[in-house]
Amino acid sequence: MTEASGGGGGLAVDATIRRGGFSLTVAFEVPPGQVLGVLGPNGAGKTTLLRALAGLTPVAEGRVMLGGQVVDDAADGTFLDAARRPAGYVFQDYRLFPHLTVADNVAFSPRARGLGKTAARQAARRWLDRLGLAGLADRKPAELSGGQAQRVALARALAGDPALLLLDEPLAALDARTRLDVQAELRQHLAGFPGPCLLVTHDPLEALVLADRLLVLEDGRIVQDSTPARVARQPATEYVAKLVGLNLYAGRADGATVTFDTGGSFTVPDHGCHGEVLVAVRPSSVVVSGEPPHATSARNVWAAEVTGLTMLADRVRIDLHGAPAALADVTPAAVSELSLAPGSRVWLSVKATDLEVYTRDHGQPQ
Amino acid sequence: MAADLLGPPSRLSARDRARRAGRGGGNPRSVPVPLLVPAVIAVAFLVLPLAGLIVRAPWGRLGPVLAGSDATAALWLSLWTATVSTGVSLVIGVPLAWVLARTSFPGQRLLRALVTLPLVLPPVVGGVALLLAFGRTGFVGRLLDDWFGLTIPFTPLAVVMAETFVAMPFLVITVEGALRSADQGFEEAAATLGATRMTVFRRVTVPLIAPSLGAGAVLCWARALGEFGATITFAGSFPGRTETMPIAVYYALENDPDAAIALSLVLLLVSVVVLVSLRDRWLRGGAVQ
Repeated sequence: MTEASGGGGGLAVDATIRRGGFSLTVAFEVPPGQVLGVLGPNGAGKTTLLRALAGLTPVAEGRVMLGGQVVDDAADGTFLDAARRPAGYVFQDYRLFPHLTVADNVAFSPRARGLGKTAARQAARRWLDRLGLAGLADRKPAELSGGQAQRVALARALAGDPALLLLDEPLAALDARTRLDVQAELRQHLAGFPGPCLLVTHDPLEALVLADRLLVLEDGRIVQDSTPARVARQPATEYVAKLVGLNLYAGRADGATVTFDTGGSFTVPDHGCHGEVLVAVRPSSVVVSGEPPHATSARNVWAAEVTGLTMLADRVRIDLHGAPAALADVTPAAVSELSLAPGSRVWLSVKATDLEVYTRDHGQPQ
Repeated sequence: MAADLLGPPSRLSARDRARRAGRGGGNPRSVPVPLLVPAVIAVAFLVLPLAGLIVRAPWGRLGPVLAGSDATAALWLSLWTATVSTGVSLVIGVPLAWVLARTSFPGQRLLRALVTLPLVLPPVVGGVALLLAFGRTGFVGRLLDDWFGLTIPFTPLAVVMAETFVAMPFLVITVEGALRSADQGFEEAAATLGATRMTVFRRVTVPLIAPSLGAGAVLCWARALGEFGATITFAGSFPGRTETMPIAVYYALENDPDAAIALSLVLLLVSVVVLVSLRDRWLRGGAVQ
């Protein structure tokens, strides 16, 4: 993050947006060329944020700057409405105009922004070629596959030559197979976009693959703003931990011991950490034994009860109730050898070196 | 015992079985008498008069009868005035429908009620109201007379105005409903692509509601074509000038019933054509596709 983000083509937001009874307060900057993934559960305010940036919903407080220009400021009333704001928006349901051909859909924005019919056609043609859609120019949106419609929606948004690109769950409407192909393509196209780009998703994998940086929204506020790698390793909240498949515990550190808010404690590598911390543990690092393990190198051993088992691709994820509760991954063979079933009493152990301990206060990406 | 109470089983052919299977079990051919009798009376009431018209028509000399009356002039007058009033309704009624559907302001509900009032108002009352406003001594008509020497009542212009007054609400209501049920997501998308509200209206909204717009226009045209009460009150019945088809039918009935029947047949034909053209759109609810 640099000082220049607000100017020189970047996006700078420090605002509160209200819609109905919902309120979203955010402050962040996106430099040109960066893809910011916006991750969060349903109702966290992801779409509300995009709508505000596009100029479809004015902010209630604060302001939005794009390329050094104020586009929305609740204090002095400045507002650049959607039609005049240089933002390209790819809607979740694409919203391709059903009565226009693919070429006319893509030519819509150049035409609306003042280009003549022929010039708009040429601009559309360039984008169609660039996104490999030239063969579909004369089709109607109803005659497109999901992946094709997604590309047309992207071409239509880019054809207006926007300074800011907004994508709302661009792959959500696709089936699993198409999604992987389109994802790889989309990554390429986003890399070619010079301005700031926001990509809303609730799929952590999509966020990890497509975004340079992640913003996690929960209940109308930012709970984490960091690199994808760091979000995956050190999730800031239960929701993020669940998304990336980690056990997450909040507690108080006192040197080599962390005492959890929900009961139990862990011995951790002593980095002289004191105060509020989070501890993340991979389910595969949690060892399950039928009897109290003797002579183990694991520093943390505790009793737990199996409450559920779920078959994953090649392993079984076990829900465990104890102090603390945990998710553990074991092989199907281990399940049968230990006769694991809901209600089974087991012992869990984790090596201190497998624990990721970090402070609860998560600021800017490192 | 139980079998006695239920009575002997009835017989079901393979065809009946298939038919019932497709309709959720009930016999589609069996209608309870208390429903059947009124339904048959209703059908008879609606169809018999039309049948009478067709039976009594002077089929052998239809041509001469039509030629001998003022039919050609009346039909021509009816067709062009109905078409012009539909055009006027489109030009001013569609924007009105947009304002009612897409904006909100104080008194909007009252405005909607006023706009739709002509739907339920007896047309004669509409004619009287038009006369009071635009007549030579009316509060608008007097000004028009003083400033421009323009007199509206009892002219073809008055016919168009009477028809528009009565028919336009049909168009407004149809289009407003279509605008309300249309997906506004497309309009938002157009806005993010740089389109002003006017461009959105022209290039996105209107094409999307085109089916309903067509249905509303045809309905409006049909209502204008059949207009009688407001027209005869405000425009009178000068043959060749303000005597439209319905008015011609009414007067022909007094001295030349055959001509009245022949003229009615022509109107019936036009109505059937309209109904057929609307079958797919209006009768299925005029949904936006």
